[in-house]
Amino acid sequence: MSSQVMSTELLSQYLPILIFVGIAAVIAAAMLFGSMLVAKQKPDSEKLSAYECGFEPFNDARSKFDVRFYLVAILFIIFDLEVAFLFPWAVSLGRIGLFGFWSMMAFLGILTIGFIYEWKKGALDWE
Amino acid sequence: MADFLALHLGLPLAGATLLAIILKILVITVPLLIAMAMMTYMERKVLAAIQLRQGPILVGPFGLLQPFADGLKLLTKETIIPAGANRAVFLIAPMLTFIMALIAWAVIPFGEGLVLSDLNVGVLYLFAISSLGVYGIIMSGWASNSKYAFLGGLRSAAQMVSYEVSIGFVIITVLLCVGSLNLSDIVRAQSHVWFCIPLFPMFVVFFISALAETNRAPFDLPEGESELVGGFHTEYSAMTFALFFLGEYISMLLMSGMTSVLFLGGWQPFPFLGFIPGPLNLIIKILLLMFVFIWVRGTLPRYRYDQLMRLGWKVFLPFSLIWVILTAGFLVYFDKLPH
Repeated sequence: MSSQVMSTELLSQYLPILIFVGIAAVIAAAMLFGSMLVAKQKPDSEKLSAYECGFEPFNDARSKFDVRFYLVAILFIIFDLEVAFLFPWAVSLGRIGLFGFWSMMAFLGILTIGFIYEWKKGALDWE
Repeated sequence: MADFLALHLGLPLAGATLLAIILKILVITVPLLIAMAMMTYMERKVLAAIQLRQGPILVGPFGLLQPFADGLKLLTKETIIPAGANRAVFLIAPMLTFIMALIAWAVIPFGEGLVLSDLNVGVLYLFAISSLGVYGIIMSGWASNSKYAFLGGLRSAAQMVSYEVSIGFVIITVLLCVGSLNLSDIVRAQSHVWFCIPLFPMFVVFFISALAETNRAPFDLPEGESELVGGFHTEYSAMTFALFFLGEYISMLLMSGMTSVLFLGGWQPFPFLGFIPGPLNLIIKILLLMFVFIWVRGTLPRYRYDQLMRLGWKVFLPFSLIWVILTAGFLVYFDKLPH
């Protein structure tokens, strides 16, 4: 019973956020569509073509792009997950003591080896 | 507040609670939007002063009404949706940027108990919402179907995720000293000493990462106008552009607010100036940081993209990681951890 009360208490903290999301969405939509109603819309084909310094657009914009952006995304996932593991560890370090500390150091050590490997492989270089 | 409304307006308690929440949200949102407008005014005035110009002076006294005139102008402009664009995604992207920048303020504590939602995982919430901001940029870059927008969006996203990692590590060092994810607890833990003193290097890393995270000078490559025109918002006009603009400035204010809460003691008074009431302390701190944001823009040249990525991955990431280990080791060794 008490755990149920606690969980509703916890969830009620999120109600203002939910309402805030709603209000923010209403403000954004009101501004966007209000402007569309207020302003005179006179589209023509030149106006609606993609900007390319005065040229006709050469080809489709969705072309190949540098693979390094993809590498950055993968590296980001690894390190952001690491940060996600560190959050609970940092909060509870006072309770888990030396054992918790050294376990995390071992984990970080393994990740650091991976990081050094990436560095040596040149995954972090942009020339 | 809900009880007060129920008593005086004769509303049922649920309705009164709802009304109280909506009022609180408006008390945050309306000043925030006005502050954002005045921020653009301040930016133009400070930049003008740095460059020995006058800045806006014509609209209203000292040009104070300039941002509102700009807003009205943008409202009455035509919204251009390029023919090749994905219409829905193109319109959702600026709204998403704006919404994400706004709702993050739900957990910022303005004073003891003066917070919309006192989440016990406030830091995680802030971290999550500020990460979601990148979606608006990716979506706009993709949906515009323009080369400049596409490249600008890619660059911007890569830059934001790169610096987010070091922001994460910096937040960990603060959490180690506090032992709680609640933002009010973080501020309370700084009643004796602000974290910018013991964790000074992390404060600097956090602030620089905040500059990169909000795509500000000297890291404003995504909108480096000499090569990418307007970056991800090249194709945006009228209110769709204004929403990006609003979102960007509100997230700058938010980053200043986060820096104040994590490192400058939030609502805690300045030394020797204890008479200033709590919320005003936070506002002054945010204003000072915003001034630094503008000052940096007026002073430093733009980074090159390879320099930017090198700074993020090869300098800040290892440095903040080592600092996390040092802080944890120090706190464990001297048994100073919060229990």
